[in-house]
Amino acid sequence: MSPPAGRALFTGFVAVAIGFVVLAAGLSLGGYDPVLSLGALWRGAFGSWYALTSATLVRAVPLIILGLGVALAFRAGVFNIGADGQFYAGAIAAAWIGVRVAAWPSVAAIGAVLIAAVIAGMLWIAIPVLLKIRFGVLEVISTLLLNFVAEAMVSYAVTGPMQETKGIYPQSDAIALVARLPGPQGTRLHAGFLIALFLAVLLWLLFTRTAWGFRLRAVGLGPLAAEVSGRIPTRRVVAMALVWSGALAGLGGGVEISGVTYALFQNLSPGYGFTAIAVALLARLHPLGVILTGLLFGALEAGAQGMQREAGVPAVAVQVTEAVVILVIVLAEALTRRVGVGSWGLGNRRAPAEER
Amino acid sequence: MRGADFALAPGEVHALVGENGAGKSTLMHIAYGMVAPDAGSILVDGRAVKLASPRDARALRIGMVHQHFTSIGGLTVGENIALAAGRLDGWTAGVVGQRLLEGIDLDAPVEALPVAQRQRLEILKALATGAKILLLDEPTAVLAPAEVDELFALVRELVQAGGAVALITHKLPEVLAVSDRVTVLRRGMVTLHGATQEQTDQSLAQAMIGDAAAGNKEQATGDRQQTSRSGQQATVRIHNIELHAGELVGVAAVEGNGHRELLRAIAGLGPLPGVQVAGRVAFVPEDRSTEGLIPAMSITENMVLGLGDDPRWARGTRLDWSAARVRTGELLEGFGIVAPGPDVPTGTLSGGNQQKVVLARALERHPTLLVLENPTRGLDARTTGEMHRRLREAANTGVTVIVYSTDLDEVLELAERVLVVWKGEVREGPTGADRRAVGAMMLGVEPRER
Repeated sequence: MSPPAGRALFTGFVAVAIGFVVLAAGLSLGGYDPVLSLGALWRGAFGSWYALTSATLVRAVPLIILGLGVALAFRAGVFNIGADGQFYAGAIAAAWIGVRVAAWPSVAAIGAVLIAAVIAGMLWIAIPVLLKIRFGVLEVISTLLLNFVAEAMVSYAVTGPMQETKGIYPQSDAIALVARLPGPQGTRLHAGFLIALFLAVLLWLLFTRTAWGFRLRAVGLGPLAAEVSGRIPTRRVVAMALVWSGALAGLGGGVEISGVTYALFQNLSPGYGFTAIAVALLARLHPLGVILTGLLFGALEAGAQGMQREAGVPAVAVQVTEAVVILVIVLAEALTRRVGVGSWGLGNRRAPAEER
Repeated sequence: MRGADFALAPGEVHALVGENGAGKSTLMHIAYGMVAPDAGSILVDGRAVKLASPRDARALRIGMVHQHFTSIGGLTVGENIALAAGRLDGWTAGVVGQRLLEGIDLDAPVEALPVAQRQRLEILKALATGAKILLLDEPTAVLAPAEVDELFALVRELVQAGGAVALITHKLPEVLAVSDRVTVLRRGMVTLHGATQEQTDQSLAQAMIGDAAAGNKEQATGDRQQTSRSGQQATVRIHNIELHAGELVGVAAVEGNGHRELLRAIAGLGPLPGVQVAGRVAFVPEDRSTEGLIPAMSITENMVLGLGDDPRWARGTRLDWSAARVRTGELLEGFGIVAPGPDVPTGTLSGGNQQKVVLARALERHPTLLVLENPTRGLDARTTGEMHRRLREAANTGVTVIVYSTDLDEVLELAERVLVVWKGEVREGPTGADRRAVGAMMLGVEPRER
């Protein structure tokens, strides 16, 4: 595994470097001072203890957790494009439980909030799973479309049944103090970061050391061989992978409520579920790689805020950078595949019967 | 490739033979513009040409029929032809097109066609691009004997009409039957070139393999043990036919008659009425790169895939990869599999070595029943001989071995009993049945004695 891993890291670095060159070129073309802007980007992400802990790391938490969820499904060869929707489902459940557990001990309250979020994420993805198994509906489409439904549900919830008791803003009441994830004083960082790291290591161990993870990867890389030679019930494995993918994304929503916002409101996610796809792909679906790429994208988005504040550069500029990074990676991948090496781990979908 | 000349004259069928990895396909891919040569030149009608892509080749009226079908299953025959066609003129449509189209419904979806017709469609598509020079890469691998004859009749018609055909094959009888000239490749070099008339299968085999061992068929040897190593026996009953431990049973059928379903039912992959099986089954599926192996996974991982919960490395839900890797290394050695090590992806191995991995894995299960579909498809003579030896060995230790092969000669050579599947019905061939008798049964003729 080590030579491909080394190459993956290298292409990753090159891609990020090219992304920044493009960003700098775009900034100077747009009439911004690139040195000042990029400096602001750096300061926004890493410039101070506060920037690092309260912007970069806080942003990275949902990206890592959702990235792991996306990677889990992709490893099994299925595409969960609906992490955003499952994130919202988890957030709704977390906010709903969170205001009802004020009298509980803190551990139980936090546990209840997070478990509710996990279950909500699972239920939300259960719809595409059933559609896929019963009617063969492509999960790419059903998970994607359910994002919009979930968003609409949040809008309905915070203007209707779950609106704050004051009834002024379209948001829910803040969850009980005992239901909030603890964090270091003077920062916005919270224990969700540790949860994210723990999950990444757990998933990595599951993938590499257990029969469960092996079967999942086998189904993703060679569904026919998994079924015929491995006697693996591929449909069940795929369904299970999607359900756990949804569980992780739902948990991401719960952690965001319990650790950062404490309340549910519209646009809680600035597209975490979509950025998570980039996070997972850039990490080549490697759970430990997801930590790195989650931090990278967290830093980029934190830096984007800094750049907007200090240099007046629209935050969208960073999204362009992210897009360039992804394109370079995909291109590098396509080129290496041409000379016969490398794989996204998406296996069968990308590499047809050219083997022989 | 290490320097090989190949010349194709109008009006001739030129066979290109050699073992796996001898460079036959590579040479044809160069002629079709798919692979750029490091050195050397390509001449068409005496003029040196540069082929940057198959498109250039097609412009020079060169067409290729690949080993794997390249038609789009969801489209109709007509649509596939239209898709391929750059040029349709009198030569194509008039001389052979009609003959090729006999019995093919232009509006049928390609996925509904039997294999032999899909094969004809591939040729038709190549002709539809205006090709007069046809490169056929192992076109008979999937055909029954009668279908092969039909294909060769077509090939003869093509060359009589002024076309030229290069035919890649492993099968020496085919070379002798249809070609005018023959070129033998071994390890990228031409070892024999000449008129087919002057050759025998001995001389060709000699040139292919390069040592005196050529042509020696292994004989079944040894006393039969009636029990397997584990002392257990498999029982297989197909309607009123019962198979016994230690038997090597061949299955013969024309594609699409239900032999596939039968074999898979015996292997425990799906129920079929009338089939009762008990025993420890190992299955070698036909398509090693999609059903047998996961090309992107390592050899070790592929071993674990097929051996599942082997206690040597399955510790509860945990997998001990180092134990699996050690055992895989031993198997690579024991089966003479050429691979840099147990950690390389199986997709990087040659076809023959991939198949050895699949067989090694199947035998590692210590089965009492071994079911194989086309186990030597696409393998060279040496590897095929080794496969046969292993199957006989397994039968000698009491394993019930059931082999299907598209190659009827292989079935007859290997098997002591032959089952013929025709329209879903399983019948046993009479003892000592020859090629002709079994071939007739494959087409539905009742066997004479019972």
